[in-house]
This record gives sequence, structure tokens and C-alpha cells, in this order.
Amino acid sequence: MNIWMLLGIIAMIFLVIFQIAKASEYVGVLKGEKKSREQSNKINAFLMIVFLVLGLAGAWWCNEVLAPETLFAQGSASKEGEQIDFMFMLTLLATGIIFLATQICLFVFSYMYQEKEGRKAFYLPHNNKLEIIWTIVPAIVLSVLVVIGLRHWFKITGDPPENAMVVEITGQQFGWTYRYPGPDGELGKKSYKLINIQNNGLGQDWKDKANADDVSPSKMYLIKDKPVKLVIGSKDVIHDVGLPHFRLKMDAVPGIPTTLWFTPKWTTKEMQIKLNKPDFEYEIVCDQLCGASHYAMRGIIEVVTQQEYDVAMAKLKPNYYAAFPDKDPAASQPAAKADTTAPKTVAMVTKR
Amino acid sequence: METTLNMPGTVALPDVHHGEEHEHHHHHESFISKYIFSQDHKTISKQFLITGIIWAIIGGLFSVLFRLQLGYPDSTFPWLEDILGRWAPGGKLSAEFYYALVTMHGTVLVFFVLTAGLSGTFSNLLIPLQIGARDMASPLLNMLSYWFFFAAGVVMLSSLFIQTGPFSGGWTAYPPLSALHDASPGSKLGVDLWITSMALFVVSSLLGGLNYIVTVLNMRTKGMTMTRLPLTIWAFFFTAVLGVLSFPVLFSGFILLLFDRNLGTSFYLSDIFIQSTERALPNEGGSAILYQHLFWFLGHPEVYIILLPAMGMASEILSTNSRKPIFGYMAMIGSLFAITILAFLVWAHHMFVTGLNPFLGAVFVLLTLLIAVPSAIKVFNWLTTLWRGNIRFTPAMLFAIGFVSLFISGGLTGIFLGNSALDIHLHDTYFVIAHFHIVMGVASFFGMYAGVYHWFPKMFGRQLNNTLGYVHFWGTIVCAYCIFWPMHYEGLSGMPRRYYDFSQWKTFNQFGELNKFITIVSILSFALQILFVFNFFYSIFKGRKLQTKNPWNSNTLEWTTPINAGHGNWPGEIPEVHRWAYDYGKDGVDHIPQTVPVGAHESKDH
Repeated sequence: MNIWMLLGIIAMIFLVIFQIAKASEYVGVLKGEKKSREQSNKINAFLMIVFLVLGLAGAWWCNEVLAPETLFAQGSASKEGEQIDFMFMLTLLATGIIFLATQICLFVFSYMYQEKEGRKAFYLPHNNKLEIIWTIVPAIVLSVLVVIGLRHWFKITGDPPENAMVVEITGQQFGWTYRYPGPDGELGKKSYKLINIQNNGLGQDWKDKANADDVSPSKMYLIKDKPVKLVIGSKDVIHDVGLPHFRLKMDAVPGIPTTLWFTPKWTTKEMQIKLNKPDFEYEIVCDQLCGASHYAMRGIIEVVTQQEYDVAMAKLKPNYYAAFPDKDPAASQPAAKADTTAPKTVAMVTKR
Repeated sequence: METTLNMPGTVALPDVHHGEEHEHHHHHESFISKYIFSQDHKTISKQFLITGIIWAIIGGLFSVLFRLQLGYPDSTFPWLEDILGRWAPGGKLSAEFYYALVTMHGTVLVFFVLTAGLSGTFSNLLIPLQIGARDMASPLLNMLSYWFFFAAGVVMLSSLFIQTGPFSGGWTAYPPLSALHDASPGSKLGVDLWITSMALFVVSSLLGGLNYIVTVLNMRTKGMTMTRLPLTIWAFFFTAVLGVLSFPVLFSGFILLLFDRNLGTSFYLSDIFIQSTERALPNEGGSAILYQHLFWFLGHPEVYIILLPAMGMASEILSTNSRKPIFGYMAMIGSLFAITILAFLVWAHHMFVTGLNPFLGAVFVLLTLLIAVPSAIKVFNWLTTLWRGNIRFTPAMLFAIGFVSLFISGGLTGIFLGNSALDIHLHDTYFVIAHFHIVMGVASFFGMYAGVYHWFPKMFGRQLNNTLGYVHFWGTIVCAYCIFWPMHYEGLSGMPRRYYDFSQWKTFNQFGELNKFITIVSILSFALQILFVFNFFYSIFKGRKLQTKNPWNSNTLEWTTPINAGHGNWPGEIPEVHRWAYDYGKDGVDHIPQTVPVGAHESKDH
């Protein structure tokens, strides 16, 4: 349909509504102010109840349709996220009760105490006992939520377990780069001043020996049931590592590294079977507006078993060889190239 | 001067005294001094309101445009290219312009509509009228306050027409994105204009706010003690205090941002390599997080700057139309006060996931959830005000009831977000959008509408059309819930806000149909607001003329002034006040205006 036609129709509908409204005003004047007020008062009071009933039914229906679509239906993919889901249900219970009680009171009172001939409003300026009750009760409920919430919060933000693996993730406009410490278990030093988009996207300092074996795969490999600590950074603006399946997120701030740890529960394959979605992937979502292609800043996490992880890691070539191809032992043997993922391709710059 | 003086005691029945035929304070005013550079607070309030309405239409239209993109990411609308040109090549919004629209929608609605349009309008209209003053303490500063706001609007509007486009980094303008010219096209001249506009706006707010505070404290009429003030005035007073104490901090944050942008300083910048220019920047030692502290130190009180006036007006309107005193007047003031204090102590709950020290985060969780207590008190008090009342459903009353409903719905989801352990999942998702649109966007809009319907007769001496008002209310509340309720579910899937297109995401693309539904409803909702705007302007000129001075049988002082009062408000002396504003239904009397002396046999309560 043409936009102008649509606008025309809307204008027509407006005109009709306006004419009716105008006419009802005249009728009101004819009938007398009082009479017409009584009438509209009855209608509006009745609509209060209609709105309450339809609203609650609608909320119920909305939940039936949409709740299975949310990630809560899948359960948390990290052990730590289970606490967050529990926290959520608890808060939902507390607020749900208050929500129902107050909304029902609001609309039912509105209906019950509509203006009626002969009714006198009850002069009730205050009642200290009532007021104290509804100050203290919410205070107690909230204290409980705060205490439970903070217990989880300190656990999540506290130190990761000793056996946690470390993965570095760096955001840039508009993509993610991952770095693993390699066999020496140590991430080498880096500086943004050393960045060279041809062969050193992270600015690794090659004087630091720890950099020699650091690798950057094109997706983030994590191991099932093994805690992982993410070291999060950004090269340009603020990004945010959003991990909706794991119920966590943390900003990536230039100049100020942040961390986040969690323990994946299910491998990607297990999720594909569990959800019956063969193309399921854990996605890393950028959750902080970072520019025009913010919406396309997508990263992939693949949760695998330890063996699969070892195989995947063994295939990777250290970033060092991208910077110094002549030192690459594989370069002299042209046969052994194949499926290595050069870090250069990881620094994917989305074209604007 | 006039013959009939409003002597105390003679105004027991304010309706008797028709002031229309009297012409007071008639210093011959030209069109310009009367309608444009007017120093009459009533005219200034109308200027704020009408400017606010125009900005609301613009800001609302922005949201309709970007909702089109969200609802129909695969469709093209050739007419979009007709009106937007290169911002919508082929009839599809470009990502850059989408983000510019999102940014402008937020800025315009938060500052120009819900701050200036709401508190600017009603503080100006009601403070002098309800406390019994002839005008603001400084009418000149008051006038300047409006014109700074107007200038801010002109600058903001101009940024829509520049080559590189308006600012597109979100209404919060986080650096480095907003600080680096090369980070995005919208971060070029657009930001400088945006900051200039906001700086002018801060000046406007401060001029207004200082005036409101001074006026409330010093210019109350005889007998109007602070504890006899209507709750509207208390709300405006605290709103002004919040603004005066927090806007300067925002201002400093913006100035530092401007320095970082144009003078090479490093307040917010460090360790940056720009991908598009392949250049490492020399800036070192700054903190991008510092800006967020400065921003949210205003940003959070700003939420209450928006909400408190709506609360105050809803209290007044609920009481008047229930024909009952507001329940727990002192508790209402106490909770407003508590909210004002706490508003300054919760800002970092916007920053739980920035890498903030977890202990600091915990303190802010505690303080944030604490703010739910005064909010709960207010809700319970409103409900009790309705209980056993004798309710008249004027359009204003409907909007006040709608305000309470929305405030409950949106307020409760704040308990989820204020708890850092849940925020770490829900932060920056559609859950947040749903939360703050309901609790501060739509709820405050409802408070504002309630105010417009209630005080329109005072402003223009005419009535709005009631039937259109009923259609407006019922349509809007249904639309508001249909738009924002389902968004909670999207948020529970971690669906991020400020995304141009979700179709490539496996985690979020199941909501395509829902997004379409939301878009359709938001267009409908926008149309309904246009209906209101039509009613508003039509009724200014053609509405039913007011027959009595006090159409709602209200107790407060503004209804003792003549219909269409001149500059100075009361033709004779300013009336004296003898009681609080809420003697509705006392001793079986329907209402006892504040100007009536306490009778010998009146019961003592309050």
C-alpha cells in the first residue's frame, strides 16, 4: 500500500473520531453536565475492570508464547549462571506477588469506588500503623534480595579457581580477536603502540619471549567443565563482551583491562542435540554501542572436550610466525600449510 | 486598582468571585512582550509546553522511523528516501542514520520533552499559582531559561542537517566513541553541536531550577507554611534541587569531552589504536570510565528529575478526583526527600559491568534497592488514596491512575536491574529498554498528560474535549503495555539494545514477528498522540469555554484566580492560606479550599 493512501486513511479515521467526540460534547451539554459525567464515569470505571482482566490474561498469554523463546528455557550454559537464574526466579516471585497485589488493588479500587450518588468519600489523611508496615515489609524483602544477590555477585566477580585457563579477548571496530597463551601458559606483553594491522593486530611485543607461542584462533575455544578466565581489552572504543548463554557480560575498555570468569557446562555439540538445532552456536554479543556496525560485531565460542581442544590448538600457528614468516619452520616445507588460521584474518574489519 | 479585594475570610466560596471582567495590571503590552519575550510565568509555561510538544512529535517520529527498521529489516520504503535522501538509500535506513535517530530520540525525549517540557511547564505554571505568588522570584531569569532552552533546541535541530550527520553515539555519549572524530561519521561535527546544545540546555535548567527553589522558599503567601504546600510544589522543589546539584557535574563532563575532542587533552583517552586510520593515538593516562561517573552523576538524578514532577501531579490529581485527602501527606514528602537524597547515591548501578570494583558495586546495589522503599511507600499511599473514595474519572484522573500502574510495572523491574548479580545478564538488553521506558518514559508522559488535562482550563480558560481524552488514554495505555511488556522477554534472551538488525544472530532472530508487532503498535501509539496534539491545539481556540473558576472543585490556590488571569495572577491581594491543600471530604464537606479559615467546630485531624 502506498504511504500517502495510508496517511489519508489515518486522517479519515481521525476525522471520524473527532466528529464523534465533538458530537458527544454537544450531547453532553444538552443532557447536562452532571448526567453526562455520570455516564462517562460508569463507562470508564467498567473499562478499568476490563483492562485489568484483559491485561492479566494478555500477560499470561504473552508468557505462554514468549517464555519458551527466551534463554531461560534452555537453562544456563555456565555453572555460575545457574545462580543468576535462581536469583531471577526469586526476584520474579517477590516482585510478581507485589505486582499482582498492587495492580489488582489499583484497578479494583478504581472500579469499586467510582462516584455514586450519595456516597461520601472516607476522610483518611494518614494511619501511622499502616505506613510503618508498608515501609518495613518492603525493606525486609529487599534486604533478603540484596543479601542473596551480593553473595552471588561476590562469587562471580571474585577470583577464578586455580585451574582456570586464561583467554584474552580484544575488541575493535568491529570484531573480536582472541589470544591463547600457548604451551608456556603465559600471555606475552603487548602495547597498542606496536599494533600493525598487517601482521601484529594486537601489538604483541616480540622482545617478550612469552609471545613466541601465543596463538589467535578465529573463534574462542573453551573446554567443558573447565573454568575460564577472560582478560578483556579494547583497541579503540568501549565494547562489551556479552555472553547471553552464560548469563554474563563485561565491558572492554581501552587502557583498562577487565576480567570475567565462568565454567561452561555443555559443549556446542551437546547444545545442538539438546535444542535440536544443528546450527546452534554460542555467540559473543557486543553490548556497548561502538559505532555504525555495532550490530554486526559477532564472535563465536565453541565449547569442546579437552581432547578436541588439544587437537584444535595443535593446528594453530603462533602469531609470531605471521610477523616473522622467515622464522616459520613450516615455511620451508610447503607441504604443511593447510588449515592453519592466520591471525591476520581474525582482525576482521567490517567494511562500512 | 480593583474594588473587590480577596480579603481573607471573604473567599470562603471562591466560585462566587468572577474575576473575568476586571482588567488588572494593564501595562500596555505589545504582541512581542506578551507572547514572545514574556516574563509572565504562565506564558513561559505555555512556551515550554508547546515547544515540548513539538519536540515530542519530532522525537516520537524518530522512534517510529527506527522501529520501521527493527520491525521490517528486509523491506524498503521508497518514501523514506524521498524525505531522508542519502540517509535512507533505496528506502532503507543506513546504519549510521539509524544510530543517529536512536541517539536523537533519547536526547530529545529525556532532556527536551521530559525535563524542559514537563518540569519547565508545570513548575512555571504551578509554583507561583499554588504557593500564592504573583510571579517567579526573577521573571527575567525565568524568561532567559526558556530562551536558552529554545537556543539549545535550535542547535540540536541544526545538527540534523550537517554533512556528516547528527551525533550517533547514544544519548549517553560515552567516549572514546564520542571523543574520536575518526571513530564514526556521527562523531565528527555532530558531537560538537550536540555538546553545545546540551551546554545551553544545562544553563536553561540551572536558571529555571534556581528560580523555582528561591520562589518556593521565599515567596509563599501568608499562612502557606511548607507543610501546607500541595505535593506538586514539593515535587517541583525537589526536582529543582536535583537539577541544580547535578547538572553542573554533567556540564563539567561535557567540557572535558569537548577538550579531548578538540584540544588534544586525555581526560578520557588512553591506549587507542584507530582501525580506520591505522593510527595509534598519542593520548595516555585518561579513563573512559571517568566520563561515565560524571555522566551518571547527573544521569541518575535525571531519572528522578523526570519522574518527581509526574509523581507530584499524580498525587494532587488522584486526591482531587477521589474527593479524599492524599493518604500520608508527610510520608509522601518524606519519601520524595528520601528519593532525592538516594538519587545522588546510586549512579554507579549503570556501571556494574564496566569493571567497577565489585565491593563498590555492592554498595551501589544496597543503595539502589533502598530507593525501592520510598517508591513502595508512594505506591501504597496512592492506592490508599483511592480506597473508599468517590472517584471521578476525568481524563486527568485516568492518566494519573495509568501513571500509578506504569510506575508499579516499571519500578518492579528496577529491582531486577539494581541487583548487580542479575544486571550482569540483563544489562544493555531489551529488558533495560522495557524497564526505563515504562517507569520513566511512559509513566512520566502519563504524569505530564494528567497535568495537561487537569490544568488546561487554568492555562487557556477552555476545556479539552473529554471524549478524545478518553480515547487517548485507553488507546495509549494499551499500546504502551503492548510495546514494552514483550520486550522484557527479548531482554531475557540477552537481546542487546541499539542493534540495527538482528537477522544474522542465531540467538535473537526468533523474535522477528514480535518486532514487527511492536513496530505496528508503536505507529498506532504515535498516531494516538497526534490525536491528542490535535485536541490540544483545537481546544486552545475552539474548546468549550470554562464556566466556573474552579472546574474540578479543587482546594488549591490556582483555582482562586480569575479565568484567564493577567500578569500578577490575583486581581486584588493575594489570598491568605489557612489549611493544607487536601481537605476533601472532611466532616462531610466535599472540599474546603485552602483559603477558608478553620472553623470553630472542625475536627482536629491534620
